[in-house]
Amino acid sequence: MATVGRALLILALAVAAYGIFASIYGARSGRPDWVVSGRRAVYAIAALVTGAFAILEVAFLRSDFTFATVAAHSSTTTPTFYRAAAAWSSQEGSLLLWLWLLSLWASLVLFLTRRTLRRVAPYATAVLLGFAAFFTGLLVFLETPFGLSAVVPLEGNGLNPLLRHPSMTIHPPMLYSGYTLFAIPFAFAVGALITRQVGAADWIRSTRRFALAAWFFLGIGILLGARWSYAELGWGGYWAWDPVENASLLPWLTGTAFLHSLMLQEKRGMLKIWNVSLVLATGILAVLGTFLVRSGILDSIHAFGASTLGVPFVILIGLLVASSIGLVVWRREALRSENKLDSPLSREAIFLANNLVLVAMAFIVFWGTFWPLIAEAITGTRRALGPPWFDRYTVPLAIVLVLLSGIGPVIAWRRATPSNARRNFLVPGLVALGAGALLAAFGAADKPLALAMFVCGAFVVGSVGQEFWRGVGVRRAMTGQGPLGALVSLVARNRRRYGGYLVHVGMAVLFIGVAASTAFNAARDIRMAPGQSVRVGGYDFTYVKPTSAISTTSSGELEKISFGAVVDVRRDGTKITTLRPERGYFPSLDGEGLGAIGRFFEGEATSEIGLKAGMRRDLWTAMTPDIRGLLPTIREGDRVFKAAGGKLSPEVQARALGAALTGLVNRYVTDPPPATFRIITSPLVTWIWLGAIVVFIGALIAMWPGGDAARRRVRAGYAARVAQDLAREDLARV
Amino acid sequence: MPPARKRKIRLIVALSAAVLLACALVVTSLGASSEAVTPSDLATARAGVAYQLTGKVQAGSVRATDSGVDFRVRDRNGTTTVPVTYSGAVPDPFRDGREVIVTVRKQRDTFVGEPNSLITKCPSKFTEDATRRS
Amino acid sequence: MEVGSLLIIVVVLCAVVALLYGPLRTRGAAVRDESADRIAELEARKEAKYREIRDAEMDMRTGKLSDQDFRILDRQLRAEAMEILRALDEEAPDAGGDHRLG
Repeated sequence: MATVGRALLILALAVAAYGIFASIYGARSGRPDWVVSGRRAVYAIAALVTGAFAILEVAFLRSDFTFATVAAHSSTTTPTFYRAAAAWSSQEGSLLLWLWLLSLWASLVLFLTRRTLRRVAPYATAVLLGFAAFFTGLLVFLETPFGLSAVVPLEGNGLNPLLRHPSMTIHPPMLYSGYTLFAIPFAFAVGALITRQVGAADWIRSTRRFALAAWFFLGIGILLGARWSYAELGWGGYWAWDPVENASLLPWLTGTAFLHSLMLQEKRGMLKIWNVSLVLATGILAVLGTFLVRSGILDSIHAFGASTLGVPFVILIGLLVASSIGLVVWRREALRSENKLDSPLSREAIFLANNLVLVAMAFIVFWGTFWPLIAEAITGTRRALGPPWFDRYTVPLAIVLVLLSGIGPVIAWRRATPSNARRNFLVPGLVALGAGALLAAFGAADKPLALAMFVCGAFVVGSVGQEFWRGVGVRRAMTGQGPLGALVSLVARNRRRYGGYLVHVGMAVLFIGVAASTAFNAARDIRMAPGQSVRVGGYDFTYVKPTSAISTTSSGELEKISFGAVVDVRRDGTKITTLRPERGYFPSLDGEGLGAIGRFFEGEATSEIGLKAGMRRDLWTAMTPDIRGLLPTIREGDRVFKAAGGKLSPEVQARALGAALTGLVNRYVTDPPPATFRIITSPLVTWIWLGAIVVFIGALIAMWPGGDAARRRVRAGYAARVAQDLAREDLARV
Repeated sequence: MPPARKRKIRLIVALSAAVLLACALVVTSLGASSEAVTPSDLATARAGVAYQLTGKVQAGSVRATDSGVDFRVRDRNGTTTVPVTYSGAVPDPFRDGREVIVTVRKQRDTFVGEPNSLITKCPSKFTEDATRRS
Repeated sequence: MEVGSLLIIVVVLCAVVALLYGPLRTRGAAVRDESADRIAELEARKEAKYREIRDAEMDMRTGKLSDQDFRILDRQLRAEAMEILRALDEEAPDAGGDHRLG
């Protein structure tokens, strides 16, 4: 079946090449039959790549080690769920996933827009097929997922234990969905530039939908990564300004800017060049993000040594940048603004400011991420910027951004007057100042930046709350519904607006959580013996006793050894909770040269975090046991097993190994050495996850398509028809 | 003033501001960043200056200490090694042969790692490890 | 290569060719429907304009737009909407009955 897989990919490459030709030929010669054929090429690729992906998945699920990639990244002992996810834990598998998602989303979009955007679609199809051809080319010529094992092993390497976490398995598909979805507005922008359709309402409406969907998935992917980092890794943080983290944030920032400035173009015909540049840049940044992980050009927790894919990606990105600039310059006449800014105190001005702040943040993150390369170009030596630098510039910008997101919804279009400013800002302003005073009284004034974020966040909550309050009032006045019904119908009839407001509130809550957990956390790295205690952040953490365990898989194989601790947490004498941090040791599968027992401590180690999350604060702890004392015993055991080597049958050896390990883990409990603990108490971390959930609910509401509107045209005056159409119930299309 | 002229002036002002900001950014970045080095580069290291060291953990050199871990870092493709003393929590993937990034300062004969600056790269899944089969 | 794999590949190849060639068999059938394009664009503009009118009313009711500003804006937006409807009628003279948005 591996040959079938390869053949499917080769066929997909040929189809992509054909499709590019067919779409462009059909567009230029006005032949819709060729355009349709080109569109079908996308469907065909989706089908072919789905087939190839299915073949790969089945190979993983069946642990078919004739596939080299299955042997390298999975094993018979890997749980089924993770075996399926292991398919994309490899370079070639993740490329195939990217291609598969691209082909699926592209097919969906082209199918949904098959009757609209007729002039733009063929060129967009060609661009999307170009991306598909690039990735298929990589898969066919450089990194094939269907390579065969030279020697078929009996057991695979297994999935890296660090990746055995639900968040980590969904993280790549979400991220890649975000990246590939941003390729779609990119493609349609290219098409719109070529056909001079950038001002068209149709293009604006479609592009917004694609961009919002992409923004949604990419945001989820970023959030899952942060959550995994916090809950699974042993450092206790959720964001490290690592180059690959930054790479996923960049298109998200510019995408956010684009979603806002598009509204300005839609309403006032302004900012056409800006918008089209933003959407092109976002697409390029999405490809850049995909590329950074695989290239090795930057030092990152994710990036690896130079791989074969660096050069093709650099060429692709160079091509994308050059052609984007060329296209915008070529069509600059069609991109002239229809209107100017009326007043600096208007919603338009706030949107502009929001865009500037977001693009500034993107630029800062981009600069900091690529600084090693820039510095090398300027000074000849590579230099690196750490998290403090990023924080110094992004924190003030984030505060301004949150403030703007509170002002925007309540300020008037075109020109704000003092009277309507008074009407709209009084309550939110009071809420913000009140919250600020209260928090300052409780000691928040020690951290002015955090306090500023709290005040701005409160302002957003106040202004959005006011909007909902007034909106419900209006609905009730119009329809006489009760408050809950009015709320539901208000949101249902104004999805974009109120969905957007929810997103703003969610982001404010998220940033409040970030500010609080960063500024007011207490952390301690400390070595404790059983019975000892330490006070962190007002809580007393006591190392009560050690734990240890041997885990086996469902088929009875030894999976890992865990050493852990029971930690009691008290505050002022009252017990709050018990935490059970652990460290798991997975055996190395290298086999050669490692002792039967020692190999357990030469493989991967993972931390199980002891975490008690709460609305007000999180209690977090990780531990590293000191196994130095066990080393002599381990080495002795290794010697014994080596000497006994061929003299024992496999069953006896396995039982002896089990007994030896049991003795070892019991020894850890009965004669425990001190362990090193990292203990962190941070306030409001949960608000980050909750805020994010609110953001995604808001986005879903904003994206939700309206019902199909069946309208009957009545022979009446136009004014009456407008009035009549507007009076209908279901005009809530996005 | 004719609008075309106004536009041109706005453009020049905007570009000048951008250039000034870029220069400011370069200067502050140079000041705030630490030099990225490999073990061979550290032969000429100055005491007390922070360097961002990248390399592989020398096999067999890892010694757990009370406060953290001592180990040696080797050039990715070479043999020069330098000793590092690190206190603080050690990342999960840390072990022999892994690529690490750590901020260090020279102190007499050894390099002291800044707490929380030790990053261990996820085990390489993007190189030819896959072909190394038993 | 085993026979089974070869067979699958051949079948897939035929299916793909059939899929891609299908539209081309109706050679020279349709020239692009220019009118349909214009109608689609006008429909999109109409929707956007209707949304603007409703948003303006919402803004007025929630206090972001004064009554006077709203009256002026509403009149202007409705005039623009009427223009769009007029253009739509020129493109597709109404035959009455249901009109579904595609």
